[in-house]
Amino acid sequence: MNSGTLMVKKRRPVDMLQKAAIYVSAFIAVALLIGIIGYVFYKGFRTVTWSFLTTVTSAQKQTTGILGNLVNTLYIIVITLLIATPIGVGSAIYLNEYAKPGKIVSLIEFTTETLSGIPSVIFGLFGMIFFGETLGLSYSILTGSFTLTLMVLPLITRNTQEALRTVPDSYRSGALGMGATKWYMIRTILLPSAMPGIVTGIILALGRIVGESAALLFTAGSDYRLPRFTDSIADNLGKLGSKVFESGGTLTIQLYLQMQNGKYDTAFGIGCVLLIIVFILNLLTKLTAGKLKKG
Amino acid sequence: MKVETYASISGNKKNKAVVETVAQIIFTICAFFAVLAVVSITLYMIISGTPAIFKVGIKELLFSTVWQPTAAEPSFGILYVILTSIVGTALAILIGVPIGVLTAVFLAEVANKKLAMVVKPAVELLAGIPSVVYGLLGIYLLNPFMYKIELWVFKDSKTHQFTGGANLLSAVIVLAIMILPTVINISETSIRAVHPSIKAASLALGASHMQTIFRMILPAAKSGIVTAIVLGVGRAIGEAMAITLVSGSSVNMPLPFNSVRFLTTAIVSEMGYSQGTHRQVLFTIGLVLFVFIMIINVALNSILKKGAVEHE
Repeated sequence: MNSGTLMVKKRRPVDMLQKAAIYVSAFIAVALLIGIIGYVFYKGFRTVTWSFLTTVTSAQKQTTGILGNLVNTLYIIVITLLIATPIGVGSAIYLNEYAKPGKIVSLIEFTTETLSGIPSVIFGLFGMIFFGETLGLSYSILTGSFTLTLMVLPLITRNTQEALRTVPDSYRSGALGMGATKWYMIRTILLPSAMPGIVTGIILALGRIVGESAALLFTAGSDYRLPRFTDSIADNLGKLGSKVFESGGTLTIQLYLQMQNGKYDTAFGIGCVLLIIVFILNLLTKLTAGKLKKG
Repeated sequence: MKVETYASISGNKKNKAVVETVAQIIFTICAFFAVLAVVSITLYMIISGTPAIFKVGIKELLFSTVWQPTAAEPSFGILYVILTSIVGTALAILIGVPIGVLTAVFLAEVANKKLAMVVKPAVELLAGIPSVVYGLLGIYLLNPFMYKIELWVFKDSKTHQFTGGANLLSAVIVLAIMILPTVINISETSIRAVHPSIKAASLALGASHMQTIFRMILPAAKSGIVTAIVLGVGRAIGEAMAITLVSGSSVNMPLPFNSVRFLTTAIVSEMGYSQGTHRQVLFTIGLVLFVFIMIINVALNSILKKGAVEHE
């Protein structure tokens, strides 16, 4: 037996197999991503033209376009974030700056966790019966936005909380020691320092809203048309305002309906647009998260 | 800015106290919003999900396998729907978790910086892709492929109902892909959190890198990996839009090549036209799903707490 030398590396077949399995797994993950993105772009990029983005599908005018869905998506993003951001940030401030550790904090943190674990179909059902039927908003952009507010709230709360935790305690005691009140300290010291974290939360919420479909199908509905504009500006503004009480399908809903009807060209076109939005949001998150680390 | 500072130090004390109290009250209300939301969702799910249980009868509803909601003599058995969700999720976990955990090992232990810099953003992007896009690819690419396999497997079968590839297996593959980012991210974090002394000790005793990974590091990262699995289960059981069209359109026993309905897809595809008792039963399906999710959440919470205690 002369295998006892230190110089010759022992061959271990099991090791080789394990290593191969690790490499194959990582390869699968990357190949899937490249395959998915590549295929959607390959099938969809021809559909995405200027007129696809700036018209509304109409048999009369012979156009296929998603402008209505883009506008609806924008409506839902803006309304949802306008409600969810203050509540989420406020909640994080309470948890981090006011509350003393105990039962109340763990209750709030547990419900926030729970909220982020509830599947979007359930949010859709709840939104439909509570906002749609009990509050009488029926299928409308408002119903959809309220529903999504509940869904993205945990994202904003958690990211703000994490950002607040990174602000050193010396900032707090410094401000308070100079005679600032607590609210004044939060407003002028904490919030500006935590801003990158808050922005990251908002961008993540944005991504969630853009990609959401199940929670919107039964709340915001599926209308793809734009309000009928006239020449009067006041009239048009009124129509834009009252749109929030009307049904409006987002990009994802339109994609779903198109593929249900077998119109794959349009579906892949919308898929392309969605992926581009996801790319951009991903990049933005990286930028703001990088800022948080530096600051 | 300067004026404000001045005002805040020597300003009207009474006003300041009022502002302070109001601020605190507003933040407290914000914080209780999440509690309010969870409580009202729970209440509404129970209120709208229970009438059908009494109407149809709990035995008939949960243990009958016949789902004919629109027939002249309707039957509302959701046993197959529940089983499909359980079997489908279990299979997706079985496929997705090994790939996910091994990819996490790759990122944390094997890959050099350059490779990790390619794989890591890829995983993050995978998480951001909307579920309808997965559904679109599933129905456009996976279903025709499955149909070919189906034709080949059931070449000589006379009893098999052909599904055109929209079956349990297609849905399972889509779900397995969709849970990957969750599993990878959380496993990677927990693998990286394993104390370096464990790895160093194992290597110093002469164990190979692979032995160290599989016998020391992964067992040490166990609680994180369990968390990843539980979150993956939650994600898979709750996914709807990606598998609605991919999984077929009739309620059947969850066999690989059967067209099936999940808890989620039953709601999505039938809510639009359902009425009366049918609609109420769909809410009961929602309630069943909600109960599953709550169980998962409580399990997750206790795992996390246990992990926190262990770390201390």
